[in-house]
Amino acid sequence: MKHKAKVLGLLAATLLASSAAFAGEVRVMWYSDGVEGEVIKDLLDRFQKENPDIKITLDNVAYKVVQEQLPIQLEAGQGPDIARVTNIKELASHWLDMRPMLKDAKYWDDNFGSTLDWMRPDGSDAIPGFMTQLTLTGGFANKTLFDQAGVAIPGEKATWDEWVDAAAQVSKNQSLPAAFAIDRSGHRISGPNVSYGANYIAADGSPAKVDDGVKAFGSKLVQWVADGKMLKETWVAAAGSTYRAAADDFINAQIPFYYSGSWQVANLSSKIGDGFDWVATGSPCGTAGCSGLKGGAALVGIKYTKNPNDVVKVMEYLGREDIVKEFSERTLFLPAHKGVVDKGGLKWVSTDKNVAPALDMFVKSAGQTLPAADALPSWKWANAYYAALVTRLSQVMAGEMKLDEAWAKMDQDIADKVAQAK
Amino acid sequence: MTIGSAIGQKIGAAIVAPIGWLAAIIDAPLKLWQRATGTTGMAAFFLAPNMLIFGVFVLAPFVINFLYSTTSGNAFFLPDRSFVGAEQYQRLLECGSYLDPSTCREDLFWKAVHNTGLFVVLQVTLLIVVSMITALILNREIVGRSFWRAVFFFPVLLSPVVVGLIWRWILQRQGLLNSMLYQFGYQPTEWLTDRFWAFAAGITVSVWAHMGFFTLILLAGLQAIPRDLYEAAEMDGTRPGRVFWRITLPLLMPNLLVVIILALIRAVQIFDEVYVLTGGGPGTSTLFLTQYIYEVGFASLLRNPGLAAAASILMGAVLVVLTLVQLQVGRRNEKKGARE
Repeated sequence: MKHKAKVLGLLAATLLASSAAFAGEVRVMWYSDGVEGEVIKDLLDRFQKENPDIKITLDNVAYKVVQEQLPIQLEAGQGPDIARVTNIKELASHWLDMRPMLKDAKYWDDNFGSTLDWMRPDGSDAIPGFMTQLTLTGGFANKTLFDQAGVAIPGEKATWDEWVDAAAQVSKNQSLPAAFAIDRSGHRISGPNVSYGANYIAADGSPAKVDDGVKAFGSKLVQWVADGKMLKETWVAAAGSTYRAAADDFINAQIPFYYSGSWQVANLSSKIGDGFDWVATGSPCGTAGCSGLKGGAALVGIKYTKNPNDVVKVMEYLGREDIVKEFSERTLFLPAHKGVVDKGGLKWVSTDKNVAPALDMFVKSAGQTLPAADALPSWKWANAYYAALVTRLSQVMAGEMKLDEAWAKMDQDIADKVAQAK
Repeated sequence: MTIGSAIGQKIGAAIVAPIGWLAAIIDAPLKLWQRATGTTGMAAFFLAPNMLIFGVFVLAPFVINFLYSTTSGNAFFLPDRSFVGAEQYQRLLECGSYLDPSTCREDLFWKAVHNTGLFVVLQVTLLIVVSMITALILNREIVGRSFWRAVFFFPVLLSPVVVGLIWRWILQRQGLLNSMLYQFGYQPTEWLTDRFWAFAAGITVSVWAHMGFFTLILLAGLQAIPRDLYEAAEMDGTRPGRVFWRITLPLLMPNLLVVIILALIRAVQIFDEVYVLTGGGPGTSTLFLTQYIYEVGFASLLRNPGLAAAASILMGAVLVVLTLVQLQVGRRNEKKGARE
């Protein structure tokens, strides 16, 4: 009897010990565009030292894992405790509402309030997390190539046509394969579409039919590919809505102008080094404005976590003003924290002379985005629109269909996605 | 008896002994089971593990997949999805003309069907011809025959992703091939951004990657043909072409049929190496059925598992037909072999 009690006691102690270890574990799923994986590891190590009762496991994964595998894990009611994601709005039902557990919810509303709608279901006041960075789409020019060709870099209010013409002159003079490239992504061309007057959102919040703004810029893109001005392979050499970046072509000085976004700054700086001088240009103008598109990656708690209080502790630490400031300075990401932005004085950690002016240009361009673009990050049908744009425009570029067919197919694709969701 | 054979016998006995003990242990319960259930029960008993694995990994996924194809919605799990009956199939099959994908509701599906059909015809034809020529050459007394056999078989050992990447580096705008062309004064060609060349590249790479396997099967068939038939033909002064058409090809036909059916099945399932090579582009020129299913079900910004499941069921039906043909051919060969 005594022996049995001892065995049971030992078993109970073992169970308690194991559950205690489990209770304090926080698993973070993280992807990196640049150096942010190393920075977050350093920050979390410091938190770990101050909070030895919470065991943090940082899973550095490929972006594709976050895009394709995380949604399936979430549907199964599983996944990490915290994740860094870009598909923020559509998966909003899986995020943890930290509001009841936060020590100071007002701090979060005050400092992250402008982007909270991007990551919570419509009409909710939940606080699921915060944006690790704000991004803005915009262009980059290879200043060295422009100088060598004797072509002046277009000014701030230059139109898309002026930019492409100038880049084409450089391309011709320097015998380059093309004048420019835009990442193969519906998100990337949406700022320019809006600059030509596009509005994706109908009055009732549902997707509007493809309008003249989309048609204006879409037609230009197709023509630029046909003329050999836009690098053909970025958009044409893939099917469906597959994402393709053209950063390597810019880094290898194959194109003098590249339209992507602020998250490329660290990547360009680390890979170009002193290979050539480059500048951020903001977004070229259309008939309605010179708009880029805001976006970014969010760090969110997952509602299926078994340790919500520990998750909140980690998030409160990472959302602290001094930590956000340090993270932004070291990763060269634009902060989404109002306090950090308002105080200014960010000391970008880079010896590259191109970096600070580039980031300043993106901060400046953030004030030029149009309302139709600002509405997209929190609009749940944005991805449906983006996917249709990319799929059909690349078919036109490849010579598979005419533009008129493409507009009709886009409307059909978007309508199908809406019907499917009902 | 040598020392070596004595050691061999002892090792053999050491291996056999435990098997004997195991047989003795299970003998009694098996006899009891047989007495209770008869010989049918014994068959079921021995088949059960295999059937269980088949049920869990083949039958159950098939049934679940079929159920998915009758549902709609964004939810991933079956109970959360709404039942729509044959709606997904209707959507896939709704067409003005099946010969013109642009008239179909799911034009990308039909584009993939057309591409896959054309790919199957061209790739399988080329694959068989190239494999046959290679097998005929490797069957001759050439210098370094074993080396050449290994060379032709090597691509089969490579991962399809590696195959796709290697050829992408060769064929891309600034790839190896264009650099070589440029060195010799030719203009670079858009191998992966021109619709014709990209499709041709897909076929070429796929043939390169798989021909080793089929060459091996044909080579085995060639080596099984009795030499005296060739010697008799040589003594009669028969021309080589006639020898091929009258002796080699007819006697190789059983192997050739197996090769054709296997090549057809593989070609219908084509995905990985071409996906890595072209991504399905330019436009949708190399978008094949498996990629369509993958994109719609998993990779798209807004997934549609129901539609992907319906497409995979339709593709599965084609593969079942091909498999039945293969089984039929195999049985006919067996019967023919038994008669001879």
